[in-house]
Amino acid sequence: MDFRLIQHFNPFFTVVKQNRNMAKALEKNSNITISENGIEQPVSNKRLEVLKTYKIYIGGQFPRTESGRYYVATNSKGEQLANVCLSSRKDFRDAVVAARSAFKGWAARAAFNRGQILYRIAEMLEGRKAQFIEELISQDVSKAQAQKEVLTSIDRLIWYAGWCDKFQQIFGTVNPVASSHFNFSVPEPTGVVAAIAPQDTSLLGLVSVIAPIIAGGNTCIVLASESKPLCSITFAEVINSSDVPGGVVNILTGRVSELATQFASHMDVNAVVYCGEDANVQKDLQTKGATNVKRVIVHKNINWFGEQGQSPYFILDTEEIKTTWHPIESIGGGGGGY
Amino acid sequence: MPVKTKKAAAKKEVSSSQNSKSMAVPKLKFNTGWEYAPAPESASHIKLKDRYDLFINGKFVKPSSGKYFETINPATEQRLSEVAEANAADVDKAVKAARNASDRYWKKMPAKERAKYIYRISRMIQERAREFAVIETLDGGKTIRESRDIDVPLAANHFFYYAGWADKLEYAFPNRNPQPLGVAGQIIPWNFPLLMAAWKIAPALATGNTVVLKPAETTPLTALKLAEIIQESGLPEGVVNIITGFGETGAMMVNHPGVDKIAFTGSTEVGKIIQRAVAGTDKKLTLELGGKAANIIFDDAPLDQAVEGIINGIYFNQGHVCCAGSRLFVQESVYNTVLRKLKDRIKTLIVGDPLDKNTDIGAINSRSQLDIINKYIEIGKKEGAEFFQSGCNLPNKGFFCRPILFTNVAQSNRIAQEEIFGPVLAIQTFRTDEEVIEKANNTPYGLSAGVWTDKGSKIFNLTTKMRAGVVWANTYNKFDPTSPFGGYKESGYGREGGLHGLSAYTTL
Repeated sequence: MDFRLIQHFNPFFTVVKQNRNMAKALEKNSNITISENGIEQPVSNKRLEVLKTYKIYIGGQFPRTESGRYYVATNSKGEQLANVCLSSRKDFRDAVVAARSAFKGWAARAAFNRGQILYRIAEMLEGRKAQFIEELISQDVSKAQAQKEVLTSIDRLIWYAGWCDKFQQIFGTVNPVASSHFNFSVPEPTGVVAAIAPQDTSLLGLVSVIAPIIAGGNTCIVLASESKPLCSITFAEVINSSDVPGGVVNILTGRVSELATQFASHMDVNAVVYCGEDANVQKDLQTKGATNVKRVIVHKNINWFGEQGQSPYFILDTEEIKTTWHPIESIGGGGGGY
Repeated sequence: MPVKTKKAAAKKEVSSSQNSKSMAVPKLKFNTGWEYAPAPESASHIKLKDRYDLFINGKFVKPSSGKYFETINPATEQRLSEVAEANAADVDKAVKAARNASDRYWKKMPAKERAKYIYRISRMIQERAREFAVIETLDGGKTIRESRDIDVPLAANHFFYYAGWADKLEYAFPNRNPQPLGVAGQIIPWNFPLLMAAWKIAPALATGNTVVLKPAETTPLTALKLAEIIQESGLPEGVVNIITGFGETGAMMVNHPGVDKIAFTGSTEVGKIIQRAVAGTDKKLTLELGGKAANIIFDDAPLDQAVEGIINGIYFNQGHVCCAGSRLFVQESVYNTVLRKLKDRIKTLIVGDPLDKNTDIGAINSRSQLDIINKYIEIGKKEGAEFFQSGCNLPNKGFFCRPILFTNVAQSNRIAQEEIFGPVLAIQTFRTDEEVIEKANNTPYGLSAGVWTDKGSKIFNLTTKMRAGVVWANTYNKFDPTSPFGGYKESGYGREGGLHGLSAYTTL
């Protein structure tokens, strides 16, 4: 075989080449000098920065994609930022298994406890603000906008934390039926939700999608922004250190075009949330979602920074209303009991 | 002589309890020695037209196809009338009439005036309740007792309840200003024809939408009678349009670009087709689909009441109920007792003339539905379940089916997995709470469930863990306009009834 061909098909060769390019891009941001052969030049006795491997988040763990595939996250100048997992449908299926097994426990948590855990996520995010801002900037977000995005994300989590034990009181009812029954309706989580996060606001959008789903007691699998995937994995680290049980939130990186169909047709997923404007993706989700009568929620053209970006009605999107009846004994042949 | 009889009876009792290997359970006495004299409700005051046209834009108009189809009485197989078959041109006309009414009057009308129209419809149904009940029974085969005491009053109440919401919507949606969607296309089934029409039309009108409604092909008459009431009520023309036809007519409604919202009640199979059909459009969709409800009897339940609940759960409306308690789970320690009581009770059920006030189980809605039920009976037998059916006499003509129960049913049996929509009960047993929760939820459906126990904390443990939209504890098959109804999972989405029923027809 021709040696050039071997080189061409050698994945190791490709990775080395890309890592070198990535290091170059990072060099700009972190003042590290890297030579042509990839070995650090101790220009000013600076220590070599340790690069993060961006892995996916399934069942409270950070595996690489089982497929071994990756794509290169770049900024607008084409500079390479990281090798990101190109999640496969098997990764998604694994994530659904994790989400399903976590569902029972998460839904059974006291609403108050879920509120505390969402608040804890906000606390952890607050402590790592700088990292997220830096990551957003590296992905072409201006400094001011990056700051705003991170702060809004923290506030959004606090906002939903508060809703965890309140939306039931707003959206639940006691129904005055005409017969002698006690009758009430309460929202309950729909189950496992697969969501496609917004593309542009890679942190705020992600947070705004995850928070109402888990506030309501659901578990989820979220596909991060394809073009700006870095914050999603860093946010998974935040979640992982916030007392969120493993499997409640699962985060994948990869292609919408590849995974949307899988999200919609999986038989153990109860609802799909799509944040985006691609009519074909919407149609695909709604068509394939019919396989098991999924609830398909579409958020089009939402400004996630504004008031429009948060709503207790978003919690209700992935809730079911359960109505319970029980007879009331009428003592003394009915009439007023006073 | 009397001594001899007593002895013989006692002997028989012993042998039957040995056969069933049960504890000595006293046989319940339901006065079976008495013959009920016929007590038919008179249908002489009912005047049906020989032919019904489509109700479009406030008028009854002939279908553009010129085609009509018969509707029969399933209890006698005799023709009642014929109704128009709407084609694409008729659907288009109805949708345009609804759009026009929406733009010209209905959206602009002060909400309190809208409310008064809906109140008026409710009152007019009450005034003509007897007529509606008889027609409902003639056209659909359900017993007069049910159409008189349940279907018609609930339909009237549903309009009355939602009428009051019309000018109070901002209180139903905190911090929002709810707006109507526009034109609602509504497709309803044959099991509760008038009641389902009320469930669909009332909330749609209250929230300011206009309506095109298609009743089922076997039960169009009460919807057309409702059209007469709507005409008399002075409701602006085009606000409610009622068109008859088969599944194709429904499909044309679903696919019509002028419809903003589809509300469908029917089978899960058709529900999925509709979900696919509206994919990629901005039509809002709510689906109320099939069910395979678990009715769970614990050993501490009041058993005699539970048996009545089981009977009501599965044999109400001939079992043509999406929320029917078609899977019975009995705790092992009381299984023999419950089964014995259940069999005794089933033997007393009167199957026959739906117009007779004594009748418990009326006619199966159509020949094709009877065929489906019979098919499932064969499947159940083939799968190895034990078959039991009451032995009462049936009328010579018409579509009838005696109540059936299957014991020794496996979780994987088709009669335990698939919706039959007939008087067929599949009985399984369980030992622990965990086991029954697992078994009850092991179904793609999630419409309803029943729990029978005397222990309050156990009730709420069970009702919370049932993945179903309506859970009846120590009761079954109760309905009310204030009480939301609808499913989890493949039983559909959206709620009908109550405050929650409003959101199906509003945008926030």
